[in-house]
Amino acid sequence: MTHAALVVEGLRVVYGGRQVLHGVDLEVPTGQLLAVVGPNGAGKSTLLRAMTGLVPASAGRIVVDGRPLERYNRRELARRVGYVPQADGRSMPFSVRSFVEMGRYPHLGRWGSLAPSDLAAVQWALDVTGTVHLTDRALDALSGGERQLVSIAAALAQGASTLLLDEPTSFLDYRHQVEVAALLDRLHVEPGLTIVTVSHDLNASLASAEAVLALRDGSVAFHGPPRAILEPATLQAIYDVELQVATWPGSDLPLVLPRTGSR
Amino acid sequence: MRPRVGILLLAAAAAVTLLAAPLIGVEPIPLVTLLEPRGTEPAAVILWQIRLPRVLAAFVAGAGLAAGGAAFQAVFRNPLATPYTLGVASGAALGVALVSRLGVGLVAALLPVTTLAALTGAFVAVATVWCLTRLRPQTSSTVLLLAGVAMTFLFSSLILFLQYTASLGNSYRIVRWLMGGLAAVDLAALGHMLPFVLVGLAGLAWHVRELDLLATGVDLAASRGVDVVRTRDVIFLATSLMVGGVVAACGPIGFVGMMAPHICRLLVGAEHRRLLPAAMLFGGAFLAACDTGARLVLAPAELPVGVITSFLGAPFFLWLLLRKSAPGEL
Repeated sequence: MTHAALVVEGLRVVYGGRQVLHGVDLEVPTGQLLAVVGPNGAGKSTLLRAMTGLVPASAGRIVVDGRPLERYNRRELARRVGYVPQADGRSMPFSVRSFVEMGRYPHLGRWGSLAPSDLAAVQWALDVTGTVHLTDRALDALSGGERQLVSIAAALAQGASTLLLDEPTSFLDYRHQVEVAALLDRLHVEPGLTIVTVSHDLNASLASAEAVLALRDGSVAFHGPPRAILEPATLQAIYDVELQVATWPGSDLPLVLPRTGSR
Repeated sequence: MRPRVGILLLAAAAAVTLLAAPLIGVEPIPLVTLLEPRGTEPAAVILWQIRLPRVLAAFVAGAGLAAGGAAFQAVFRNPLATPYTLGVASGAALGVALVSRLGVGLVAALLPVTTLAALTGAFVAVATVWCLTRLRPQTSSTVLLLAGVAMTFLFSSLILFLQYTASLGNSYRIVRWLMGGLAAVDLAALGHMLPFVLVGLAGLAWHVRELDLLATGVDLAASRGVDVVRTRDVIFLATSLMVGGVVAACGPIGFVGMMAPHICRLLVGAEHRRLLPAAMLFGGAFLAACDTGARLVLAPAELPVGVITSFLGAPFFLWLLLRKSAPGEL
């Protein structure tokens, strides 16, 4: 039996006086690439934030690598779970190198410079994300796509085996969307990270994820293999709008499209 | 510029200021006086007992205010966040205005009542912001900053009330004190301020990595392993101790805490292991230089140094608002 990287049981989260998650159950086997989808405000980001301890659970429990979340201190958890928040576009006054090196925080002492093992982890993170050429640039001088790759590099430098990403491809141009998706595919194969992405891009999620979790109004509306979500009734129940399922020309990859426009 | 070069330049500038400032003044100091620390002739007394403590006090105060500013800018991720804008300085000022108004001039627990009053005021201001971060953990830093601004206004109105109801003499003392100045700072006052500044600086130095991460955002810092709540508490505490101690001795001296970290970020980058020492050197040298200017501009009378720092600081503030922000800035 494969070990579960993440187990969520009966998770309820109250956030800003409103109950955002109403008892979510989820198991993410080690090494799985899971996409969390659903309409705006369904609780996708909150689920992700709860799984890395950024918002407290008001009921239920979360188990990371076989150990309840509350039994980790922040540094221990950071060595297990990396988190890439949604780009907030705010200034970060650091160079790419400093920022990625800060990812080593859970492995470092109070002062002193980075040990060879830390530098190796930083170098690997820069290499695998293809951001080596950016190391001396200022974060604020990067394009949105470059900055997203660097954010992922910094989370990878943490050395965690599970990576949680909130809308990693939103607001990126097509080339960077493809680049980030390809990077996540690579990381999923080697070193075999457990990856959970939150996305409202159903097509991107269907193309690479091994499992899809759909949330609606804070509850699980669907959890299963990507193909199974394509039932028209299922899609309708999740998104509350009529969706067309086509296939990519020359392949059997599904393509989900809303009916828009009047012509 | 390479960060190391920046730090060396700042250290050199600070050293030159510390050496030159005591020698500059209305009363010329013959160089031989440098060799007579225990001399009794006027020049020796002026150099060793009046100017030197004052220059050192200015340096310590400037260093503390600048380091506190750098820390608050990181914690709030906002270039306008300083102990000054967050109400720490005006809280301390209110404390001092209150004891001046009541005419209490005692020494309690080895510290002058003004120091205790300033510390209390600083803590009340920080405690308010702190309560907000604890009661509503998701409060954005902008809201916290605005809460600090509101506190500043509240304290200012209370200070005005105290002033308005005070006797003419007391009222003048309060006004004079609010301008910020080092004229009355002697060795004893330096001794009262120094421990607070040292403890505060130690608290910040202990958290250089956490300050870096907090400057990237609370969520990111937490997900990298920073205990955000505890770290923020320590930084609030360290900064209020430091600023409370400084304000008690020198009055509220504006803009050093905002200006020094900004300039130093351009010189040495935003990593706090370099930014904190750089801001301390810059803030200390800047305040010592301004205070020397304050002794000279209206000589033989003296200008309160707060007048000079704010006069230089306000245009800088405008420039900061209007310029296109360079990469590498907060």
